[in-house]
This record gives sequence, structure tokens and C-alpha cells, in this order.
Amino acid sequence: MKIMQARSKTYPPKVIEGANTKVLELTVDNHPGVLSHICGLFSRRAFNMEGILCMPADDGRISRIWIRIEGNGRLDQIVKQLWKLEDVRSVGFHTAEHNDSVKLEDFFRIT
Amino acid sequence: MYRMNGAQLTIRLLERFGIDIIAGIPGGSNLPLYDALSQSTTIRHVLARHEQGAGFIAQGMARSSGRPAVCFATSGPGATNVMTAIADAKLDSIPIICITGQVPKSLIGTDAFQEIDTYGMSIPITKHNFLVRSSGELLSVVPAAFRIAAQGRPGPVLIDIPKDVQLEMAEFDSWPDLPQEKKSRQYAGSDLELAAAMINGAEKPILYLGGGVMHGNASAAAAGLAEKNSLPTTMTLLGLGSIPADHPLALGMLGMHAARYTNMALEECDLLIVAGARFDDRATGKMNEFCPNARVIHIDIDPGEINKLRTADMQLVGDVGDVFREMMPMIEQRRRSGWLERIRQLKREYPFIMPGQDDPCMPYGLIRQIAAIADDETIIATDVGKHQMWVAQAYPFRRSRQLLTSGGLGTMGFGLPAAIGAALAHPQRTIVCFSGDGSILMNIQEFATAAEHRVNLKVFVLDNTSLGLVRQQQNLFFDKHYFASEYTNHVDFVTIARGFGLQAFALGTAEDPVAALTEAMRTEGPCLVHVPIGRDEEVYPMVPPGAANKEMIGGENHAGA
Repeated sequence: MKIMQARSKTYPPKVIEGANTKVLELTVDNHPGVLSHICGLFSRRAFNMEGILCMPADDGRISRIWIRIEGNGRLDQIVKQLWKLEDVRSVGFHTAEHNDSVKLEDFFRIT
Repeated sequence: MYRMNGAQLTIRLLERFGIDIIAGIPGGSNLPLYDALSQSTTIRHVLARHEQGAGFIAQGMARSSGRPAVCFATSGPGATNVMTAIADAKLDSIPIICITGQVPKSLIGTDAFQEIDTYGMSIPITKHNFLVRSSGELLSVVPAAFRIAAQGRPGPVLIDIPKDVQLEMAEFDSWPDLPQEKKSRQYAGSDLELAAAMINGAEKPILYLGGGVMHGNASAAAAGLAEKNSLPTTMTLLGLGSIPADHPLALGMLGMHAARYTNMALEECDLLIVAGARFDDRATGKMNEFCPNARVIHIDIDPGEINKLRTADMQLVGDVGDVFREMMPMIEQRRRSGWLERIRQLKREYPFIMPGQDDPCMPYGLIRQIAAIADDETIIATDVGKHQMWVAQAYPFRRSRQLLTSGGLGTMGFGLPAAIGAALAHPQRTIVCFSGDGSILMNIQEFATAAEHRVNLKVFVLDNTSLGLVRQQQNLFFDKHYFASEYTNHVDFVTIARGFGLQAFALGTAEDPVAALTEAMRTEGPCLVHVPIGRDEEVYPMVPPGAANKEMIGGENHAGA
């Protein structure tokens, strides 16, 4: 279930307290360095990233990124710092029931 | 239709965007840029002696003028050398644009000569960065760099340009414009009213001003607000000068080396109005014991700073000057005689003690004497260490952008090149650089740059033959176990300075120290003044790292209140 999708870069989307966000959905400019910017932000600010999926979208000028996170304690900071990145066009949220990430788990199962 | 190569395009764009000085060093990968720069009639190049110096010269121009400044470096070691100056600009939100040469695109990723992943290395220390892949992209990248560096919370931008892109021809129909600054805000009129009501209703409010007040040119608005509502005002290291040090409401700097009364007043305050400051640990001490009784109004242009370290009871995300000006009509005229009397009482009971303030050969005395000779137009740069804290405590700063100092990163070696940058940007002014014997050695090669350009710069080296603040921590917290903090080889700085082509004065052997200082300050061009300082001259008071601000060591008023 998608909770909210912010399209505006005027201000960061408000984190909904207690919403149990599991997946962040970013729309970003698609260029070779963009994933370094996103992953570098998570590592240098000690944010927790469980998984990341990135694919080009539309005509390839933008990409969509899903980031699975664990724990909502620092979500407000994560969202604000992501929003500040020049390459990030929008930040949205999904809960654990996010269909596509549930389906994807099948591909990552090691048996 | 215009036709030129990427290097020429870059230089023409910099000219059009008002850049008139570029500091840098050429190398194999940025020679096309230098060739184009040699043809410029409006940009003067300042050849630094180390790329870190070039970065700090750009910082000195940007910090003193408020406008983005540019530095150049070549690929590989040129780029790695400039990184410290860029990181320093990031932590203090300084708008510089660093343009690096890169190996040709076909060689990227092959471990080519002087190849380094400049783009990857600069991600964590820039506000944004670019690796330019075609000369045409420069038409959008260079304007974007200026927009990003200056807009909102300022910061450094790096543009990495491969050599073949510098040489590639570009054709275009029209020049891009310098982007107009857009101000963003996230508060409503009702938020301002609520914040104003909190201020009006508070009994013991304190205004806490940071570097954002300087960036937002908001010092007049801040002073107006403070005066109307009688708000005692403290400042961070980067906020010093936001209101004059001799203003009756000024409490000076807060935190680790604050006056005792400042930290004591913060203990008692019931409302903290934080503007353009970010609760740095050197300012707050132990966070959960900082201003324990205070509600917080946090004004900042960067939403990421709100609730990062201290939860705000009211947040106003926007330009500090706009917020102050819009709030002004809602602020009541108050005299706060009880709270201001309490502040006066704290100042009497816990005064700031300046040992040796009348002796120009002692740290505080020297700083006060220079201040007495200098005027308010004089720009003061510092390096990092004891001398920096003494200056922050004792120099009477009276305007924003008067003090240039490395706050967030605390980079030794900042002072000399930053002062050169300020002197280049303000040739009509006197620039003073307070440095230490540790700091000056970290970018001493820039004396050659200072001499070459005859900048109006007076460097005071406070020489305690040690890494003073390190030694002080070993004194206080490591059982006087002085290790690796004392220099046994004493450098002859006077001879060194003369070797670089500077005039030099030795205060230690001067018969009349005040006359010697006055002569040095009146000397044309760059000069150095060597000031011997005892190793045991410490910076007090001091809050131990990690302790609460009320736990101050030293600086007691033994004379009694």
C-alpha cells in the first residue's frame, strides 16, 4: 500500500508517525553517479538500508529506486537528507505490504 | 551561433557569472582550462603553492564577500589535495566551486596517470558534484553549480571535467543566464504568530545565532528583534559579529570555551530561539543537559537540521532574515528587567577573566591591542587552536563576515590562505591572520602567494612551540602525559618569512611591543609578527569534551564577586 507520494521539491514530505514504513520510493535523475549519492548518504549518516532496487523509468532520464529500511526511528532524518540531494526529485513511502517488494523476495531466496 | 571548446566555454561562463579571481594550480589534465584562462581579460589567476591553499583562498573570497568563489586543480593529486578545503566549506556552508581536470574519458577507469575517482571522492564532502561528459553539458552544469552553491543553505560544488571534454567543440545559440535565487519557506503566518507568542510569553528567553545569520545577511534583523524584546543573545563561533560584541544584550560565544556567565545563563533559560545554528557539540556540550529548562524555536533554511539533535517545539524552515522581519510586528516591546538583571548578576558572579589583557605580549593582551589598532573594516582570519579560541573570546567583533575561521571541520592551515583570499577580494582593507606555530606550518607555502600578490595581510604567529589545544587536553584529561604535542625543533619564523619575501617582526625582542605591533599593522603588503607564548597559557574556561556545559574547568573569578 502506498501511503504518500510527494512530487514537489518545495519541501520534504512529512513522515507519518507510526505508519510502519518499510520501503522508500525515490524518483531520481538517471546518471552514473546517482546510486553512489544515495548509498553514500545512508552509509555516512549511519542510516540502515536493508535492500535497494533501481531501474530506469519513463524515457530513461529518470530512475525509480526502492529502498527497504528497518525501523522507523530515524525516518524523518532519512527522508529530509534524501530530499536535500540534488538528484532526488521525489520521496514517497510504502508499508510492508508493498506488493512488488514482497514478490521480489522470491528471487532473493537462497535454498 | 557560438562555437568554442569546453575549456573556453567554462571560462566564458565564469566571466559572465562575475568571477574575477580564480585560485588554482595547473597540471596535465586541466591545461586546456588554463590555456583558455590565459586569454581572459577579466579573470585574474592566483597561482597557489598547494591545491589546499587554492581551495582556502577561494573560501576566503567567499566567506568575506558572501558570493561563490572558484578554485582550479588538476586530476589525481591536485584533486586529493583540494579535498580538505572542500570538506571544510561543506561543514561551514561556504559557497565555493571547485573545477578539477580529469583524465580523458577514454582513460577513466584504467588507473591512468594522475587518475583518481574525483567524483566519487567528493560526494560526501560537497553539496553536489558533477562529472561532465560532453562540452555541451557545461551550458547547464556551470549555471547549476552557481545555483546550488549559493541557494538555500550554501555549500561547495565540484565540477570534474575530463581533458577531452575541455577540448571538445561545442556549438550553441545563446548563453545561459545566472540562475536567480529562489527562496523556499515552509511556514505559515500562523506559525510565525505562535513563535512570536512563545517569545512574548517567555520569562527567560535567549537568542542563539549561528552562521546562518551571516549567510542570510540577517544580523540587522536579529539585532532589531533582540532589542525590541530585550533578548540576551549568544552566538556560535561562526555567528560571532552577528550582533556587536559590545552590545548590551550580547553574551558572546557559547559552549566549550564560552564565558562562564554565558553557559550559566543558558542553563537557566526557558526559551531558546535558535537561528541558523545546528546544535554543534562544541556549542551544546552534552546534548541532553543543554538548556534543560528551555523550549526551542528553531529557525533554519535547511529542514534537515530541524529535530536532528534537539527536538524543536516550533520550527520555522526558511530564510532567517525573512523570518525575523516578518515576525517583527508580532513581537512585543519588552524590557525584561528581571531577566536582564539576572544576566547582569551572572556576569558579575561569573565574569570572563582575561589574564594578561593589558600585556601585548600575552595572548589576550595581544588580541586586544590589535583590536585597538584595527578598525571594524579589518577582516580577522584565524587558524585552528588556542589562538583561535582566544580570538573568539576576546576580539570585539562588530559585524558579520568580520571573522573568517574554520568552525565545523577545524582545519589547521585554514588561516593563511583564507586570509589571502579575503585580501584579494578586499584589496582596500587590512586583513589580520592570527595563527599558531602548529597551524602556520600546515600551509606555510602560501607565504609565497602572499608575497607575489603583495596582499595587505598581517600574520601574527602565536608560538607556544606546541600543538596547544592537544597539549591542554593532555594536561587536563590525560594526567599531564604530554606526548607528540610539543615541538622540540623550534622554527625561526622571522627568518622563514623573510625568506619568502615578507617583512617580519619579532615581538619577543621588541623594546616597545605596542610600537612594534602598530608598525606591523601599518606596514604595506604582507608581514609576519612572531609572538612567543608560554606553553602553559591555556584556554579557559573549558568544558570537557562530552560533558555538560555547566561543568566548566578554569577561568574562575578568584577576585570574588
